[in-house]
Amino acid sequence: MTESAELPDIIHAIARNCIGLDGPLMEVLVRINQRFGYVPQEAQAIVADVLNVSQADVAGVTGFYSDFRSTPPGRVIVQLCRAEACQAAGVEAVVKDVEAALGCAFGETRSDGAVTLEDAYCFGNCALSPAAMIDGFLVGRVDAQTISDAVKS
Amino acid sequence: MTTVLIAKDSGAKSVGADAVTAAFEAAGVDVIRTGSRGLYWLEPMAEIDGVVYGPLQAEDVAGVLNGEGAKCVGPLADIPEFAKQTRIVFKRVGAIDPTDVAAYRAHGGEGGLHAAQTMGPEWVLKAVAESGLRGRGGAGFPTGIKWRTVAEAPAQQKYIVCNADEGDSGTFADRMLMEGDPFLLLEGMMIAGYAVGASKGFIYLRSEYPDAADTLATAIANAPFLDRDSADGFRFTVELRMGAGAYICGEETALLESLEGKRGLARAKPPLPAHTGAFGQPTVVNNVLTLAAVPDILAKGYGIFHSYGRKQSRGTMPFQLAGNIKHSGLFEVPFGLTLRQLIEDFGGGTRSGRPVRAVQVGGPLGAYFPESLLDTRMEYEAFARAGGMLGHGGVVVFDDTVDLAAQARFAFAFCAHESCGKCTPCRIGAQRGVETVDKITSGENVDANFTVLNDLLEVMRDGSLCALGGLTPTPVASALRWFKEDFDKGASQ
Repeated sequence: MTESAELPDIIHAIARNCIGLDGPLMEVLVRINQRFGYVPQEAQAIVADVLNVSQADVAGVTGFYSDFRSTPPGRVIVQLCRAEACQAAGVEAVVKDVEAALGCAFGETRSDGAVTLEDAYCFGNCALSPAAMIDGFLVGRVDAQTISDAVKS
Repeated sequence: MTTVLIAKDSGAKSVGADAVTAAFEAAGVDVIRTGSRGLYWLEPMAEIDGVVYGPLQAEDVAGVLNGEGAKCVGPLADIPEFAKQTRIVFKRVGAIDPTDVAAYRAHGGEGGLHAAQTMGPEWVLKAVAESGLRGRGGAGFPTGIKWRTVAEAPAQQKYIVCNADEGDSGTFADRMLMEGDPFLLLEGMMIAGYAVGASKGFIYLRSEYPDAADTLATAIANAPFLDRDSADGFRFTVELRMGAGAYICGEETALLESLEGKRGLARAKPPLPAHTGAFGQPTVVNNVLTLAAVPDILAKGYGIFHSYGRKQSRGTMPFQLAGNIKHSGLFEVPFGLTLRQLIEDFGGGTRSGRPVRAVQVGGPLGAYFPESLLDTRMEYEAFARAGGMLGHGGVVVFDDTVDLAAQARFAFAFCAHESCGKCTPCRIGAQRGVETVDKITSGENVDANFTVLNDLLEVMRDGSLCALGGLTPTPVASALRWFKEDFDKGASQ
């Protein structure tokens, strides 16, 4: 994959672009995560070097936030909200069906790398619950069928 | 010329507003994409010359254009759930293209900023204090006192931080406002900066709101008042910063840590953020709705704002009705109506048609109220007296299929998942809470474990560093108090 050859350069560039910001570390990690879908292990040393902070600082911040995955996600990321408003609208009753439809358990990536399934806690779509987010696009009033259809499209 | 308004709000899009828009455009009709009116049970909704059609799918559009009435709900002004509202903060949301500067001005935008810069910072501080505005994020602290504290703190650099980490389930008012009228938030932030002497603002936005991020970025780039010297030499800039999936960062001190590029650990208070906030400088941390309320207070006069609501709860509040509810959405009304009025008159009862059994108000840290408390008034103090809190105005309705022991367990599990880990009562207590509820519901040493549970609630409430650990006992204690039979089920099996 050509991307991995360029990876250190891209991370260098992202970190350098943030040097002028107040408290840049979060912003650097957010941008790396947006670019790659995860924060590659080798990014930590580069970011620490560019921002002149310790690798422990970078590892500590990376490990704290659930968005910062340590491994690449599947090609499609499905996040199902399981917070109270979606519970009241019956989300727990569709959890098993969603896992079956996608062939993947919560917190896992399917073995063929096609899809990652995660739980989430609120997308602010509580008036149209249960809600899911599929590759950053919000879907309302979901069940296993609508999620499965949305993943295919 | 026919004008068709369709929301590009992420909620409306989540049920097909883009496809409906495409169908209108394919028929040669011009569509203006707006925020959502908050009448989500009618989304995707189209407003054609003030008449509402919905919920629509693309295949309904031809019929609507041919004058068929099947999807016609009637004039917006005649829809009771809309007509009964007092839309002040949300007056433009749903009515205009959110990032159209001319439309913003034509609908009263910048009026508050002009008033502020005409009258001066001292007048702004007085007006905000006299209006009775309290923080809309949950704690309800008087905004005028917070602003004055920062204004009087000596420092070269001060900051305005907008807390847009709206993580409470059942709340979406911040999202709707940021997607539907972002200039209003920016105007409110600039007024705050002008009043306290802060030249820089940050919006800390949760990553679960990508549409709001896009809209805010466009608005920051195009706002006609930001990043330029005004007549009196004041200049204000705003920077958007994204969170990364940590609920705790909605707590103001954890938010400040995260903004500084650190782990989102809660800080001990004092010092207050007003004295030592972002980057060690005096900082106003306000919720989106608090800042968005200010421009109208200044433009129309603080007396008008104060005339809405009751007692210590002044102005309007955009309440959000969600969960198992027929008419789910956002309803901006003066404080003081009862929870029952909100659920029955606006919400129309449960979506399932079954009886309401429990209502959680104020997000994951709010109490579960039984039917006997539904006549509680939607006011800060009335809710506190009833053992709950209004929080950010989210109302989640559950029907009689809910298991409150399971909800209490979830409250602990959520706290355990989201705890920053800095203080022991929250970090360990939440996990012990999950285990203890499990023991009770499986019938293990039930009486002894109820004693453990009550001890645990007291320790977490009194010993936690911040509101996450300190308020997690609220939903649990309310479940125990009002729905104890749900905990006894396992024991009696």
